[in-house]
Amino acid sequence: MTETALDAALFIRWMQAAAALVDREAERLTELDSPIGDADHGSNLQRGFTAVAKALEAEPPVTPGAVLTTAGRQLISTVGGASGPLYGTLLRRTGKALGDAPGVTAEELRAALRGGVDAVAQLGGSAVGDKTMLDALDPAVEALATSFAAAAEAAEKGAVDTTPLQARKGRASYLGERSKGHQDPGATSSALLFAALAEVTA
Amino acid sequence: MSAEAAGGADALVGIVLVSHSGPVAESVAELAVGLSGGGAKAPVAAAGGTPDGGLGTSAELITEAARTVDRGAGVAVLVDLGSAVLTVKALLAEGDELPEGSRLVDAPFVEGAVAAVVTASAGADLDAVAAAAGEAYSYRKE
Repeated sequence: MTETALDAALFIRWMQAAAALVDREAERLTELDSPIGDADHGSNLQRGFTAVAKALEAEPPVTPGAVLTTAGRQLISTVGGASGPLYGTLLRRTGKALGDAPGVTAEELRAALRGGVDAVAQLGGSAVGDKTMLDALDPAVEALATSFAAAAEAAEKGAVDTTPLQARKGRASYLGERSKGHQDPGATSSALLFAALAEVTA
Repeated sequence: MSAEAAGGADALVGIVLVSHSGPVAESVAELAVGLSGGGAKAPVAAAGGTPDGGLGTSAELITEAARTVDRGAGVAVLVDLGSAVLTVKALLAEGDELPEGSRLVDAPFVEGAVAAVVTASAGADLDAVAAAAGEAYSYRKE
């Protein structure tokens, strides 16, 4: 993994790439959310990340930490579903851990994201294997020690691997056994976040 | 912040009711106020649904409601489920989004709201309001 400092401009491109991916995949996310959720994940995240892209464009933050805290704040305010506070907490906690540094290393980002993912687990009261975002986020952060591309791959695999799992959190958990056989929408959108990161660092 | 410092010793605890649905939040507020009888009335605000009238949770509406009912004696926030719980928790974790002394109260939504409004209207402090709302869990229906 390179020691090149990642700057605010790169973090802004990351969030913009995530917004573009969410935009492109919104229908699929909502479709995944139909059998086991309330069919709003795609449109909710689309609204959230559109607001993120707008806020970052209107007043571009000058540190990576500020990019993520701004993005997280937008998600908490605009998403309207559980993914808002969850993604918002992920990005804000990660951003706060990065502090005021004008540039951060990949290892610093990995450590900060670890804290962000732990905060998501705490907020949602969930663990890996519960068929949630964590099933993509957790392996992605682990694989980040290798490379951004490896993290994206691990997240995608984690999302796909939620299919046979029984949901233990959120509305899907009310379905019990019937939640098996569907890929988790939250894990799927989490994979997009890491796909976007791999895209802008490639 | 103490009640004396901000809103006077007789300041009442504010109540915010957060539901995925605007009409549910409004109706529960109306029910709780209606059942609380006469005397001093605790300020109650509903924060239901999204700003455009849809189903969901709005951080903006919650923050606005909390500011509306804050008299300096604390704000008890009652929620229904899912994103309502997570949004309030995330807002509290932010530190500066909700008025000082705001608290997420672990209570059943309807029964807890009635208990909270009754006790807050009687001048109870935030601890007592939260305890009364939480006690509503222990009332068995069969």
